[in-house]
Amino acid sequence: MTPVIARGVSYEVDGRAILDGIDLNLETGALLALVGPNGAGKSTLIRILAGDSRPTRGIVQVEGRPIEQCTPARLALIRSVLPQQSRLDFAFSVRQVVEMGRYAYTRLQRTSRRDDAEAVGRAMSATGVAPLAELSFPTLSAGEQALVMIARVLAQDTPVLLLDEPTASLDIRHQHLVMSQLRHRARRGGAVLAVLHDLNLAARYADRIGMMAGGRLRALGPPDQVLRPVLLSEIYRYPIEVVNHPSGYGPLVTTSDNYRGLFQNGIPPGEAT
Amino acid sequence: MTVRARRNTTFAVLSLVVVTLLIANTGMGAVTIPPATVVSLLAERAGLGVASAATGIQESVLWSIRLPRIALGLLAAGGLAAAGVGLQAVFRNPLAESQVVGTSWGAALGAAAALAAGAQASGTFVLAAASSVSAFLATLVAYRISRRGPRVEVVTLILTGVAMNAIAAAAVGLLVNVAERGQMRSFSFWSLGTLGGATWRTVLVTLVFVLPGVALVALRSRRLNVLLLGDEEAHHSGVDVKRLRVEVVTAAALMTGAAVSAAGVIGFVGLLAPHTVRMIIGPDNRILLPGAMLGGVVLILIADLVSRTAVAPAEIPLGVLTSLVGGPFFLWLLHRTRRAHGGWG
Repeated sequence: MTPVIARGVSYEVDGRAILDGIDLNLETGALLALVGPNGAGKSTLIRILAGDSRPTRGIVQVEGRPIEQCTPARLALIRSVLPQQSRLDFAFSVRQVVEMGRYAYTRLQRTSRRDDAEAVGRAMSATGVAPLAELSFPTLSAGEQALVMIARVLAQDTPVLLLDEPTASLDIRHQHLVMSQLRHRARRGGAVLAVLHDLNLAARYADRIGMMAGGRLRALGPPDQVLRPVLLSEIYRYPIEVVNHPSGYGPLVTTSDNYRGLFQNGIPPGEAT
Repeated sequence: MTVRARRNTTFAVLSLVVVTLLIANTGMGAVTIPPATVVSLLAERAGLGVASAATGIQESVLWSIRLPRIALGLLAAGGLAAAGVGLQAVFRNPLAESQVVGTSWGAALGAAAALAAGAQASGTFVLAAASSVSAFLATLVAYRISRRGPRVEVVTLILTGVAMNAIAAAAVGLLVNVAERGQMRSFSFWSLGTLGGATWRTVLVTLVFVLPGVALVALRSRRLNVLLLGDEEAHHSGVDVKRLRVEVVTAAALMTGAAVSAAGVIGFVGLLAPHTVRMIIGPDNRILLPGAMLGGVVLILIADLVSRTAVAPAEIPLGVLTSLVGGPFFLWLLHRTRRAHGGWG
């Protein structure tokens, strides 16, 4: 199944193309990692798939309907979204924040109070924030706040998850904890899209990697097909090598001193002066 | 103390204080009316077959002066506090409030314009309606200007409010000076605020505006909680943000409009009450709304009692007293906000 389909999506601000003709399907049962340098258009794409912004050209379909025809309440039962940064100055407890993820259900009365409480409890245990449940959200560290926001998104319990840099402020253990949870969601029939900057997390957990640069989708496929040194070095404009993970987890991406051996003349296209 | 226990204690204490203040406000003044007499007078009116031992003066003072004044105070306080709760969620800023944002002076301008155009002064629906419409427009303008990207910046919000208030107050001043003397109220009525003009008719008009306003904020309180996460986050969670914003600004304008057209600008009630109560029982709007309304009532009843009795037979305008407390509180909040965000967030 393909719950979210984007066709020819372009987005322009003041005549400048942020996104340029993106075609992308979110497949049920798969974790898709969106990678690419700063300013590639990853967050803009998430915002368009979430229904926050309308594309200048192209269409987005959610479960077979144009996204602009879906009400906010209906969309909230299909997809949950983790923005890159959320700020909350009001002293809600961690549990109250996670419970806000259940808003759409209580509004439409689709579930019982017990279902809501269970979903909130599961989401808090999955992200390891259950011990913080009664603490005031603004007093938490940035990493803890990020985990609570991820718990809120998980509690929404939607078939589609869109996450913008879910691991950005997390320590290494929590990065892997969150990525395993996302993969687990995908295995249970979710369609998960996560923007990641850590290429090795993408290599380790993603079923497919979408590589973006300059508003275009430059490559899309399994990690070992997308994470190729020449492509990476060209897109990131930095010498990058790919080796095999010592424990056999697939490709391992690392930087190099120079472009030696990567390109014919040792200089990537576009870098020549 | 658990959160629940703290909530219950807060509501119990606030209710007790309100009851005490009701007794004090009905009884104290140039004519003293003991609580027992108040109760017997009310019972007599209610047709319970009780004959009260009250004098004729006591009866008429209670019935045509003190009770309408208290009733208007309850409605204005509850309305301003509820408007504060709603505006703080829409602006996502604990410093937002009818007076700070410019809603109150917008309301005063609408009422003054209606008076200048010939509306009757004594508690008409036309006056409250003109006041509400004008308050709505002023609030929307303040919102549009102070919002940049997904956030409402504190500094921009306050400076916008300063400018909005200055413009509206100047326009009120102009109208007061240009309009026919007879029907126009004085500038000091608008700027200082008083419950002195309360009649049963102003009470009725205010009730008709405040009740739906409070009901709307109450019905939307869960949505307002989610809105505090941010516009996009609320949209992701299933909230129709644009509609919610218009609904809540409308509610705030109705409540502020009615309160201001009946009693002038009573400053900072919508800031003091929600903020103090929020510090004790937390930010959940479902609980905060009734708590803040009780808090606002306590504030107004104390202020009105002091206003009537401190320099009797003269009166200190009500808004002077609320601003005397609210102003320093606002400064303290500013200081705290600035420290918390390491600059003018």
